[in-house]
Amino acid sequence: MRPDWKILAGGAVVLAGCAAMPGSVSDAEVTATIRSSFAERGIARLDRLDQSEMQRQCSAYSGKQLPVAVKEGIEKAALAAVRYPADGKYLGDWKEGEKVAQSGRGLQFNDTEKTVAGGNCYACHQLAKEEISYGNLGPSLYNYGKLRGSSEAIVKYTWARVWNSHAFSACNHMPRFGAAGILTEKQLKDVMALLLDPASPVNN
Amino acid sequence: MRGSTGLTAMAVAIGVVALGAAAPAIAQADTQAEIERYRQMLQDGNPAELTVMRGEGLWKQKRGPKNAGLEQCDLGKGPGVVKGAYAELPRYFADVDAVMDAESRIVHCMATLQGFDKAEITKKPFSGAGQRATDLEALAGFVVEESRGMPVSLPQSHPKEIASYQRGERAFHFRGGPYDFSCASCHEGEGKRIRLQDLPDLTQPEPAKRAFTTWPAYRVSQGALRTMQWRMYDCFRQQRFPELKYGSQTAIDLITFLGVTAKGGKMDSPAIKR
Repeated sequence: MRPDWKILAGGAVVLAGCAAMPGSVSDAEVTATIRSSFAERGIARLDRLDQSEMQRQCSAYSGKQLPVAVKEGIEKAALAAVRYPADGKYLGDWKEGEKVAQSGRGLQFNDTEKTVAGGNCYACHQLAKEEISYGNLGPSLYNYGKLRGSSEAIVKYTWARVWNSHAFSACNHMPRFGAAGILTEKQLKDVMALLLDPASPVNN
Repeated sequence: MRGSTGLTAMAVAIGVVALGAAAPAIAQADTQAEIERYRQMLQDGNPAELTVMRGEGLWKQKRGPKNAGLEQCDLGKGPGVVKGAYAELPRYFADVDAVMDAESRIVHCMATLQGFDKAEITKKPFSGAGQRATDLEALAGFVVEESRGMPVSLPQSHPKEIASYQRGERAFHFRGGPYDFSCASCHEGEGKRIRLQDLPDLTQPEPAKRAFTTWPAYRVSQGALRTMQWRMYDCFRQQRFPELKYGSQTAIDLITFLGVTAKGGKMDSPAIKR
């Protein structure tokens, strides 16, 4: 027996009228559905689906204009929580930084606790001009240091940018490499050197 | 000679990358042209044809505890109608009071008609690289082949079909995990690229059509037929989410969201991809 689609469709128009209203799928239904659709595997636990306040807000306004108050709230909180290097040294080894920028490994459900995560910078940014396989989700960082110099303000800004990019542009799509614990402090310093060291291929 | 043509094209593409250091901008344009040429050359022959044939055999073969074929499976256009069914899935099925995509409907039919244990047959839905396709992949390949050339037309009249679309849209924008990614991080907005890989804007009809109509696809780099469920699964792996369950509600919702956006596209699957 096939249902009579004409009758069903007739009823559905009324229902659809309600169902199509914005917000008709509740947040609770969305999150419950998503939660029931994933399974834990290895390092990827289900708590990865528990959204932080930032993730929740950025999801709600995805593809839409972010209200000023929400934007400022996220940026202020992100900037306040940046942890700068205790030893005051910001620049490591650009050669190591280049390796971090090239590697897209880490934190996938088939990785382990021991997998050394990369920054995968080239996935989204141009950096050294020798590497032509780069993405465009983020701006080109070629000549990053050469164009900006290495004043204390620039160095600290750059650190904070990589630590938690939401400090300057709420709801952008760059991972919070420091704040989310993706890269170690040493790796962050090496990436800083890749961006700012005059000897780095990024600046040559 | 299919394999060797592909390899030559790949070698050409790699050659351009290697030469590229001298003049990045020109080389990048050349590389993209070469990748495009490589894709064109791949169209000459598709190893998925063999998998589709096996799928057809499996469809007709009497199997399982009930020793039955799948020929009475109702994929939405009535029992036994395979032609054009994939182009209208996911859709609402009254017998389960739920929206199902092609793959979960195939599983449903294997369970109800053939008596297979659902958990058992979905334990390993995807083949490993270079391995023989799983039964589910082969069956999905057969079912989608029977919609080739048909326009994508997912019904959106039942409330559960509408709800599936709406949840799919929300899931598409749901940011989570250690990288804060959502599907939209990569697939909303024009002209985006990861490394040299173009990213389709799946919120727009034309890119959505290209995506929806070309999965399942034979993935040359993996030597395997990959299905739409796999496409979702592997995106979430890269998104750093936990493991997406095969045939889960979110998978179905996202496929509905994509399929509705892709309305009017002509099915061209199994396709062949890099």
